Amino acid sequence: MLDSKIPGGPLADKWTQYKNNIRLVNPANKRLIDVIVVGTGLAGSSAAASLAEMGYNVKAFCFQDSPRRAHSIAAQGGINAAKNYQNDGDSVYRLFYDTIKGGDYRSREANVHRLAEVSTSIIDQCVAQGVPFAREYGGLLDNRSFGGVQVSRTFYAKGQTGQQLLLGAYSALSRQISKGKVKMYNRHEMMDVVIVDGKARGIIARNLVTGDLERHSAHAVVLATGGYGNVFFLSTNAMGSNVSAAWKAHRKGAFMANPCFTQIHPTCIPVSGHYQSKLTLMSESLRNDGRIWVPAKAEDAEAVRKGTLKPTAIPEADRDYYLERRYPAFGNLVPRDVASRAAKERCDAGFGVNTTGEAVFLDFASAIMRYGKTEANVMGLENPSDDKMRELGKAVVKAKYGNLFDMYRQITDDNPYETPMKIYPAVHYTMGGLWVDYNLMTTVPGLYAAGEANFSDHGANRLGASALMQGLADGYFVLPYTIGDYLADDIRTGAISNDTPEFVEAEKAVQAQLDKFVSNNGTTPVDDFHRRLGRIMWDNCGMARNKEGLTQAIADIAALREEFYANVRVPGSAKGYNPELDKAGRVADFLELGELMCKDALEREESCGGHFREEHQTEEGEALRRDDEFTFVSAWECNGKPNDANLHKEGLVYENIELKQRSYK
Amino acid sequence: MNLTLKVWRQNGPQDKGHFDTHQLSDVTGDMSFLEMMDVLNDKIIREGGEPIAFDHDCREGICGMCSMFINGEAHGPGRGVTTCQLHMRSFKDGDTITIEPWRASAFPVVKDLTVDRSAFDRIIQAGGYVSVNTSGETLDANAIPVPKADADEAFNAATCIGCGACVATCKNASAMLFVSAKVSQFALLPQGQPERKRRVTRMVEQMDKEGFGNCTNTGACAVECPKGIDLTNIARMNRDFLNASVTGQ
Repeated sequence: MLDSKIPGGPLADKWTQYKNNIRLVNPANKRLIDVIVVGTGLAGSSAAASLAEMGYNVKAFCFQDSPRRAHSIAAQGGINAAKNYQNDGDSVYRLFYDTIKGGDYRSREANVHRLAEVSTSIIDQCVAQGVPFAREYGGLLDNRSFGGVQVSRTFYAKGQTGQQLLLGAYSALSRQISKGKVKMYNRHEMMDVVIVDGKARGIIARNLVTGDLERHSAHAVVLATGGYGNVFFLSTNAMGSNVSAAWKAHRKGAFMANPCFTQIHPTCIPVSGHYQSKLTLMSESLRNDGRIWVPAKAEDAEAVRKGTLKPTAIPEADRDYYLERRYPAFGNLVPRDVASRAAKERCDAGFGVNTTGEAVFLDFASAIMRYGKTEANVMGLENPSDDKMRELGKAVVKAKYGNLFDMYRQITDDNPYETPMKIYPAVHYTMGGLWVDYNLMTTVPGLYAAGEANFSDHGANRLGASALMQGLADGYFVLPYTIGDYLADDIRTGAISNDTPEFVEAEKAVQAQLDKFVSNNGTTPVDDFHRRLGRIMWDNCGMARNKEGLTQAIADIAALREEFYANVRVPGSAKGYNPELDKAGRVADFLELGELMCKDALEREESCGGHFREEHQTEEGEALRRDDEFTFVSAWECNGKPNDANLHKEGLVYENIELKQRSYK
Repeated sequence: MNLTLKVWRQNGPQDKGHFDTHQLSDVTGDMSFLEMMDVLNDKIIREGGEPIAFDHDCREGICGMCSMFINGEAHGPGRGVTTCQLHMRSFKDGDTITIEPWRASAFPVVKDLTVDRSAFDRIIQAGGYVSVNTSGETLDANAIPVPKADADEAFNAATCIGCGACVATCKNASAMLFVSAKVSQFALLPQGQPERKRRVTRMVEQMDKEGFGNCTNTGACAVECPKGIDLTNIARMNRDFLNASVTGQ
């Protein structure tokens, strides 16, 4: 059994008591200790900045040309915090409860409670750093609501909250770089983690510009390398987002937890063609005002697909607002997994729109009229015409969501102020990741995982605006404490040599793989394999999964992997700048991860959150959990081929919350 | 549609560089510009060539990584878009498209269309932050009200994605729009006041040290800025810089 090292005591006191009792490293000794942080998104930047402020010597790595470009930057909607500024009954407990429930009772109580506790500090911290959150006319911070909750606790900066928070963390990081406390390595990729005497003591990194391999040693290594949604090829992730750092750690002994828990986000711009390289998210915040529907009549749906009927010409009575119909209590603001499945259900039943039949409408017409009416009242207009109200309402919607509407128009050439948006679910986030204990340490001593790279807080489904919260909580407020407890043993260790056999061996193995790729003489580009892997994953390990499909997928992925090594073509050499070579290494790791995801999905014989096994559903088609048998975290230990991985279970104990069938009706 | 693509190839900062010409067919209007480049690279790889190196990551216009100079314009013909958001429907069948990297001595070419923009990072490191430790033990976030107009203007300045289009567009390769956006964000907020003078002085010094050119008020930078960063930011920075200079800080 895995030991999650959850401290004792009542839930609400655990974190405080833990902090009061851990070992500290005195300032003079911190200067003798080196820490490596890989990844510079919200978790990585904030961890690197905080650790450096505390006095550790930090080396930070990112594969992009600047730490400011990590994919946290693309998060749109907002960040949750239990501030209760709106006086709508919010509290730390409620945020905790919503997160556990939203995660379909597959996350750890103690971790989630800690997250909810520190959430309020995040907002204070970010405001102090000059993050320009949205404000009301009184000068105080504004909030909005997100899926799966009944309070307004989301802080935001238009549709660019991730950008503003990341730039805040980047500025804190930049301050430490200027002091020399962080040494920053841009355009560097972690190729392997180096284990010495059972502890993580460094990494092999590749300078992506020169192609040179470098050995970096440290007393501890933090992986803040994001999620693995790109295993699906098409996702809302950035093109460079990858699993490689986490996967290398897995191969070196770190357990991979709940890899099959993937979040499919309900509101993304649908696929338009085979050349498509990525999918673009339309923020969940749009569901505050947008209503989701499909035509109620199959013949209308058919006509819309053919382009002979405009959606605006379909009368109200012939529209099926299926979320409002099925889930009256939460309506359009049900959690992401529920909204995605409902869209798939309608499209599979033949009511989908778009030429592909794989899209539903997200309609702002009624919000525009509602806002227009309020504005007209405020302005004292008597009997305003519908056109006048529409005009006023559009201005309000523009102020709220302008940048998202612009983005939609650029991509689709459609004007969402005039006609409903077309949206469809797409892969967005991965709740699974490296298994970590309460300290955020993996099963390899001294190797930590933070942010999306770990599995800890979101269970089987993440609520909107909680990823930013978790990234910054881990980096600013959790890891800086917990890592000290481990490093307290290292004050007499001295600098770690990077000349030991372990480093030499690791570097050699990395070089061998690079050389193999560039001398492979295959005929097929890397992307071709990646796209095919994505298709297998989406069809069999996507919004709905079943035994037959998963079994087939495991075999198909193994075969594809063999073909990849036999026939991939990587032009150029291992020296110098070669993005195709970088990509080949990442896809090689996705080809292994995909297999493990399918295995995990196959063995989890229940439906929960984003993991929907067709064999396990209620009569109404809702996810059917099997708590008696599956209230645990699956943690996979690498054992050669992904399909041979060994399963370890961490039982989930609910002492404060009663397990219930999730209902949003 | 069928296109003729003239693409800059350069094998590292010391190489002289040259244009290669490619023909590409079956391009559709719904493709983004970078997806068109993917299709071209796929073709090049299958024909045994070396693909064109270009920077890109998020492909939704926010990371600031993509950086192509297309037909003489940063991020191509669209306004308010990055290259990744530019779609091929902006072009027509038979067009010749010239694709170059950002050209500025402070942005040396890494390879082909990829340039080194680390100068921007060093400018931020010189002072583009509020010196507050990340303890979380700060004032309550609502302790200092900020007028909505100031917060909104600070936000507008803060939306700069650091892509460098302003530098690439400017005939002097000046970085004034980029630097002034960060200076303005903090100048407009109460949290930025204590270090206001020191910040502007140090960031401008670093900008000069990196070899960016001077501003001659042509305003081209703001026209090509994908995020619509306003020229008033430059005016604000000049005012702050002058203020800091005469008060000796």
